[in-house]
Amino acid sequence: MTFDWPTLLPLIFAGLMGLAILIYVILDGFDLGIGILFAVAEDAEQDTMIAAIGPFWDANETWLVLAVGLLLVAFPLAHGLILGALYIPVFLLLVGLILRGVAFDFRAKVPAGRKHRWNRIFLLGSVIASLAQGYMLGVYVLGLDFGLAGMAFGALVALCLAAAYAAMGAAWVIYKTEGDLQKKAVLWLRRALVLTALGMVAVSLATPLASPRIFDKWFVWPAMLYLSPLPILSAVLFGWLWWQTFHLPKADDRHALMPFLTLAAIFTLGFAGLAWSFYPFVVPDRLTIWQAASAPESLAIILAGTVVVLPIIIFYSFYAYRVFGGKATDLTYD
Amino acid sequence: MDPLILSRIQFGANISFHILFPAITIALGWMLLFFKLRYNATGDSAWMRAYFTWVKVFALSFAMGVVSGVTMSFQFGTNWPGYMKTVGNIAGPLLAYEILTAFFLEAAFLGIMLFGFRRVSNRIHTMATVLVAGGTTLSAFWIIALNSWMQTPVGFEMRDGVAHAVDWWAIVFNPSMPYRLVHMLLASGLTVSFLIAGLSALRYLYGDRSESMWKALRTGVFTAAILIPIQIFAGDQHGLNTLEHQPQKIAAMEANWNTGPNVPLVLFALPDEAAKENKFELTIPDGASLILRHSASGVVPGLNDYPGNHPPVFPVFWGFRIMVGTGILMLVVSWSAAFFLKRRHSLPKPLALAMVPMALSGWLATLAGWYTTEIGRQPWLVTGVLKTVDAVGPVAGSHVALTLAIYLILYVLLLIAYLGVLVHLALKAAKDGDASPLPGVLDAPLSQPVAQPGER
Ligand code: HDD
Ligand code: HEM
Ligand code: HEM
Repeated sequence: MTFDWPTLLPLIFAGLMGLAILIYVILDGFDLGIGILFAVAEDAEQDTMIAAIGPFWDANETWLVLAVGLLLVAFPLAHGLILGALYIPVFLLLVGLILRGVAFDFRAKVPAGRKHRWNRIFLLGSVIASLAQGYMLGVYVLGLDFGLAGMAFGALVALCLAAAYAAMGAAWVIYKTEGDLQKKAVLWLRRALVLTALGMVAVSLATPLASPRIFDKWFVWPAMLYLSPLPILSAVLFGWLWWQTFHLPKADDRHALMPFLTLAAIFTLGFAGLAWSFYPFVVPDRLTIWQAASAPESLAIILAGTVVVLPIIIFYSFYAYRVFGGKATDLTYD
Repeated sequence: MDPLILSRIQFGANISFHILFPAITIALGWMLLFFKLRYNATGDSAWMRAYFTWVKVFALSFAMGVVSGVTMSFQFGTNWPGYMKTVGNIAGPLLAYEILTAFFLEAAFLGIMLFGFRRVSNRIHTMATVLVAGGTTLSAFWIIALNSWMQTPVGFEMRDGVAHAVDWWAIVFNPSMPYRLVHMLLASGLTVSFLIAGLSALRYLYGDRSESMWKALRTGVFTAAILIPIQIFAGDQHGLNTLEHQPQKIAAMEANWNTGPNVPLVLFALPDEAAKENKFELTIPDGASLILRHSASGVVPGLNDYPGNHPPVFPVFWGFRIMVGTGILMLVVSWSAAFFLKRRHSLPKPLALAMVPMALSGWLATLAGWYTTEIGRQPWLVTGVLKTVDAVGPVAGSHVALTLAIYLILYVLLLIAYLGVLVHLALKAAKDGDASPLPGVLDAPLSQPVAQPGER
């Protein structure tokens, strides 16, 4: 491999796209998770939970727009192929996101009697969006396989991801609230972790069976050695977090952010594993990063902008999170 | 049905739904800034009440704009893979810059603008409002640049059937871009002015005579009265530009079949493409020549010069008439309302009644204008470069039909809910009048963020 621009640019963009997806999954993961937890939360708790994500969800969702945008502009061929093949699940994802996004605002503005209805729509949208994302991940991992096995695997990943999002949501509630709701969220977290763990084991067992290619990438010497920290570290973090759920919340609310950060780390490790399984394909077994990329000059002009703007975006995103730091209280327009 | 037709209907339906909300948010952001600055300058709490009523509309419209916009960004790949394959090298960077410079900006500061009033200093809150309004406008800049480039493409070369950028400056500031941007921004300003005026008139009709109602009403009416003549002038210039670059579109807009001088202005007609003539014509002699060439003997292009290569005449002709007709109606209504408000300090009831449905006139004109523009570009997707037929994807027609049906149902329900909430908010404001509680804004010191419980 020579390191000239036409080789490097597609690689850089694959990395940027991966980063955008990872940030999206972590950030919108807790929004969607809180939506899922609406199923088990009470009315008053729901208001506080919304207040914990209200100022952020739009910015969080923008990372999805960036990820899809990068796929579109940097790998146009793959964009058409992937989204064309996933037409129906993408459609369901969009319907879910539409319902979830508008419910945020409607529930606060409709006459009081109708609020319930929008709370249910919020739950429904979050569940649909999470399941659709998981399903797409599943069939995508298998190289857009729409056989029975592919679909079953997709369904499995869908449930697993929804459970993982619920765990993220619970971890965010632990961070942003106090008192009874916080205690409740610790219980939610513990239950969601069980489901997530079951799902992850199932997915790990199913993957090599379903895809010999991925099996070959992982279980060869010495790659196995280099890769072993990924699953081991994830398992350790998982176990530790599980153990922590018996000790939270701590006095003085110490470590309230810890569950969320731990989960984010686990997501990142899992993501790195996925990235390894895919490389160098953007559509598994069909299109490599280089075959799908746009013209280098166009990539260069996008990269120039990205290098300047991305740090600024990250800076002011942190600022926005800081402004709404601390525990969530009721959200009002003042 | 044919996937091409279905994909076109689906794309058209999605973007039509989408544009309704940008048309509001782009200008409403600046309007809220205006309310806020008036409050800062005068200390009159009625301005702040107007702000709080309309910031809710802004939040709701923004959410609708975001979710429908996310749908749009997926649609490019799902329905038009041929589009990115051919012009992706140009469309890509423009879309990427829109996301990077505009979407993140508005999304990140939206939270502070909506919910941060007591968490940041007044100055930073005003800044956040400026950044959100600026972000929406910047986003319009990039997407209009792309759309204008599709209408009047320059600054590129074709290599092996794929467009490659040669001159980015020329691409962004392509010949029709300044006209289109100005016309669209003014359209947004008018949409919001009439929305504010119309909902305030509704409050007026319900007996609300509060200061905040008057302030919003006056702002809406006067802004509309100022913007509409500018818009008519800008539209005229826009038409002259189109005449230069897309004569076949002008021919369709005017339903003029034969090129020549002394072309009449067609006020009403049912264009018949098969017979190549207009039925039930009602015309003003020399009108089109006068408007487009500023002389009765000016030559106006005719559709027969572009056999098989001109847009469908009926929708373009009528789209244009609906837009211009609405524009003239806006002129009449806003100027009479401005007259009564200025001279009589009151609003006659019939006029108030007329202003209520006019609340949605901006939507009508904006949609009609976009339909004129977009259908007028057919059969091209990118003028002279890519035909619409060559861009459609291989998705099965049944899938497109199913999703289209669900989208349409969803959109209709959401529109009903949206309009319902607007009316609900207006009536609630009318009931509360100036007695509405001002959520802690006036008594809390604005310059200091209030520590939140649990914050250390
Ligand atoms: C003239 C204005 C205009 C036009 C023609 C379009 N948009 Fe738009 N769009 C906006 C003006 C806008 C905006 C004002 O910036 C929005 C509306 C409300 C909002 O939240 O931002 C927005 C939101 C918005 C979002 C969500 C951004 C976010 O997460 O904050 C996306 C992904 C798109 N749009 C994509 C598109 C695409 C792919 C279009 C064309 C095919 C398009 N828009 C046409
Ligand atoms: C926001 C206001 C807009 C409206 C209301 C609108 C409306 C429409 C309509 C009705 C069509 C179908 C025309 C036909 O098939 O006869 C269409 C087509 C299309 N427009 Fe737009 N449009 C808008 C903006 C844009 C923008 C900003 C872009 C791109 C940057 C764009 C790109 C396209 C594409 C790719 C097609 C598909 C090809 C086609 O069917 O002609 N549109 N639009
Ligand atoms: C009354 C006088 C008006 C004239 C002469 C006029 C002229 C035009 C012309 C010639 C076009 C099509 C240009 C092209 O595609 O090449 C256009 C498009 C458009 N018009 Fe108007 N217009 C008028 C009023 C309005 C009003 C009142 C609104 C909205 C409030 C509006 C909104 C639009 C929009 C959104 C477009 C499509 C985007 C664009 O091409 O800029 N127009 N107008």
